[in-house]
Amino acid sequence: MTTALTLIVLVLVGIAIWQMTKIFELSQLKTQNAQIANDSDNKNQGYLMFAFLIFIYGITIFSFWKYAKFLLPESSSAHGEEYDFLMLVSFVIIFIVQTITQALLHYFGYKYRGKEGNKALFYADNDRLEFIWTIIPVIVLAGLILWGLYTWTNIMDVNDEDDPLIVELYAQQFNWTARYGGADNVLGGANVRMIDIDRANVLGLDESDSYASDDVIVKELHLPVGRKVNFKMRSQDVLHSAYMPHFRAQMNCVPGMTTEFSFTPIKTTAEIRQDPDVIAKVERTNKIRAERAANGEDNSDPWEYDYVLICNKICGTSHYNMQMKIIVETQEEYEEWMKSQQTFSQTIASMQ
Amino acid sequence: MSATAVAHVDDHAHDDHGHHHHKETFVTKYIFSQDHKMIAKQYLITGLIMGTIGIAMSLLFRMQLAWPGESFPIFEALLGKWAPDGVMDADMYLALVTIHGTIMVFFVLTAGLSGTFSNLLIPLQIGARDMASGFLNMLSYWMFFTSSVIMVISLFVEAGPAAAGWTIYPPLSALPMAQPGSGMGMTLWLVSMAIFIASSLLGSLNYIVTVLNLRTKGMSMTRLPLTIWAFFVTAVIGVISFPVLLSAALLLIMDRSFGTSFFLSDIFIQGEVLHYQGGSPVLYEHLFWFLGHPEVYIVLLPALGITSEVMSTNARKPIFGYRAMIASILAIAFLSTIVWGHHMFISGMNPFLGSVFTFTTLLIAIPSAVKAFNYITTLWKGNLQMNPGMLFSIALVSTFITGGLTGIILGDSTLDINVHDTYFVVAHFHLVMGISALYGLFAGVYHWFPKMFEGRMMNKNLGYVHFWVTAVCAYGVFFPMHFVGMAGVPRRYYQNTNFPMFDELTDVQVLMTVFALIAGAAQLVFLYNFVSSMFYGKKGPKNPWKSNTLEWTAEMKHIHGNWDGPIPEVHRWAYDYSKVDANGEYIIPGQDFVPQTVPLQDDEEELNH
Repeated sequence: MTTALTLIVLVLVGIAIWQMTKIFELSQLKTQNAQIANDSDNKNQGYLMFAFLIFIYGITIFSFWKYAKFLLPESSSAHGEEYDFLMLVSFVIIFIVQTITQALLHYFGYKYRGKEGNKALFYADNDRLEFIWTIIPVIVLAGLILWGLYTWTNIMDVNDEDDPLIVELYAQQFNWTARYGGADNVLGGANVRMIDIDRANVLGLDESDSYASDDVIVKELHLPVGRKVNFKMRSQDVLHSAYMPHFRAQMNCVPGMTTEFSFTPIKTTAEIRQDPDVIAKVERTNKIRAERAANGEDNSDPWEYDYVLICNKICGTSHYNMQMKIIVETQEEYEEWMKSQQTFSQTIASMQ
Repeated sequence: MSATAVAHVDDHAHDDHGHHHHKETFVTKYIFSQDHKMIAKQYLITGLIMGTIGIAMSLLFRMQLAWPGESFPIFEALLGKWAPDGVMDADMYLALVTIHGTIMVFFVLTAGLSGTFSNLLIPLQIGARDMASGFLNMLSYWMFFTSSVIMVISLFVEAGPAAAGWTIYPPLSALPMAQPGSGMGMTLWLVSMAIFIASSLLGSLNYIVTVLNLRTKGMSMTRLPLTIWAFFVTAVIGVISFPVLLSAALLLIMDRSFGTSFFLSDIFIQGEVLHYQGGSPVLYEHLFWFLGHPEVYIVLLPALGITSEVMSTNARKPIFGYRAMIASILAIAFLSTIVWGHHMFISGMNPFLGSVFTFTTLLIAIPSAVKAFNYITTLWKGNLQMNPGMLFSIALVSTFITGGLTGIILGDSTLDINVHDTYFVVAHFHLVMGISALYGLFAGVYHWFPKMFEGRMMNKNLGYVHFWVTAVCAYGVFFPMHFVGMAGVPRRYYQNTNFPMFDELTDVQVLMTVFALIAGAAQLVFLYNFVSSMFYGKKGPKNPWKSNTLEWTAEMKHIHGNWDGPIPEVHRWAYDYSKVDANGEYIIPGQDFVPQTVPLQDDEEELNH
């Protein structure tokens, strides 16, 4: 069906192109150098330049109208609010510049379209003008750089203040594992050379390290709301990237080294599900999924909104499906959940 | 100009007659030619063939993205065992993405663009009979050809072509057990690229030497057309940065084949620990992007140079701020070599380094902004001749602005965190370097086609159709793509259906794919126009665009040595369009341009711009 549709579209495009060529041809006077633009070409193309400006504005407005609601909801992490504000300001600046420069460019293309006998202005230089449009970007960019760097330094400062929860994110083709420091909130030593699949030591923990014995290894990331989390990222095979879009957080996982990122979740999963934007998104999505179900297609169960950790660095065949659910909950719920988990020493013991 | 250079020019004047008379065989004329004009055409045609392959690949994976898991007979026909029952295989998807990127960046926009126009225009516009070394030039092309052939052969190996992304980050690219494409396919990729780098270096050295030494009498550096400045600086960046990519490739070959650990450490894969210890993939990223980022400007600067020339000629106005344009090119070239780390903000590199790279990256926006404003001012109060080359030049400025502005977001280490490696990046760089550079390529082809094919001209109406369909579709594909990225969709995903949060974006994917397919069809119009004009195009006048530069004073018929008589002497810069005397009359009555070969008139002042 789609193939047929595509073919039809292609044929129609072909006809359209042929017709457009004919129109251009008919609108031209027969002159000697037919392949050089003459006055009527200049006129037609000048008008089209103006039409193109309207098209650019049109597609901008259309995209905002139709697609702005697809963007990620408000940040669910503390630093993310600052991130969102900086992003907003940058976008406002970008759109002002974009609107003005595109207008000038295409309007000039229309306004000064060539005509036999017209004289162009010999205008090669103007130091003052050039100074102005050098200095304005300098000032604006200086502002953005300083603000950006200040925010960056704050975000990337991973420290032990405010008693952060220590969590390891462990990447492998094609899944994630999380490890908590346990009661002592300290991760035991680990290295891929100590991996022992038969004894369920899948993360290569040092069994002789006392810090490791109370570590908790899980396949679903639970975080208490309002407490800073320091993530330590590891990978056992190739590069991966731990991307948590809802928290404006991302860091690559690099085999051979430990990388870090830190954020404080500020909205529980239950809270974000009550966000009006999120409710609307879930509604739209479930409508699509219901249609799929009606057509008897897979992947059509109703969906409940969840935070998610996804891989964002090409890592092989199933890169597109490397994910882990993240649940942000109250301190009590978190403790409740943590109690039901096995520690590393319990797991090892149960294997023997 | 130095005395030796002047003597050299005189030398040429003496031996003008005599060395054209040797007979050329088919092989020396069309295949192992040492004539820069023929080599330029060889580069262009090879580049266009590679471009056809690269664009076709993008259409295939765009179809997979819009209709994931759908069966298409065309997949089965083109991909064979990689599309069982017409459904694209996930590894093949990654391979297509990888090879598309490699081909477009290196084979089309580096060799196809810079190789073509540097070769064609450097000797013709500086007034030289050929490149400094015709032999090295020939060697450069044939190495490029060899690397293209190897890259194409790699598509047919048993386990599939390289599939680790065009950046081929190890360990994925280093370990055959991590991905099928990292076996023979990756080996061929690396061999092909190593040869490509050698080819590029030979070409670049030749361009630099030619521009510095073979300028004709009167052609000072500040009278050079901006095209030559762009090609010259591009070649310099290439010489500085390409060798670093070669070292990255060599070390990767060592890691892959000889068991070294430059980029690998602590790896456990498929049930066993590998011996590698102490290397770091981050090192590879540094080496790769040390070329990778300047590469963006290696691709873009020639396009901007072409635009400067085409726009000024067709606006019948001097390029605004000639010296500022040169300064911007130099500033961009310098800064481009110290911004590579903005590809690595979240690679695990020290965040302080990230701060430094944010600073240098946002600085590069300043010369870029100056260039954009200067182009716009060049149009102001012009007498615009809307030839297809001109349209593509204007459109280049448009996409350069649209794509460049989002660079302010990506270059800011903070804002990069959440859009890094999403479709936002894909949209950004396709507009700012992919589409812009392609427009530069098209502008150049339409403008200099008569120079390449002995006066034959391309059909302008087909050119208009090609332009408008392409211009609309390019925005149609890449503008909505920003929103997909801002919704958090990662790039290089075979399908997005495993995340219900991306379900509602399927419609956008379909829209983008439809635009992409139409844009692809429009390129067929170009190919048809190109090939048919090559043989049947109407011959135009010797100087069809009424241009000032030297190439239009050369013989229409291609002869070895370009000018039948003595090499022309230059008396002025290249941009005396619509220049008037004190009475408001054109310098040459009835003609709005003053070619560079025309001496200054008695009452005329040479404006030192």
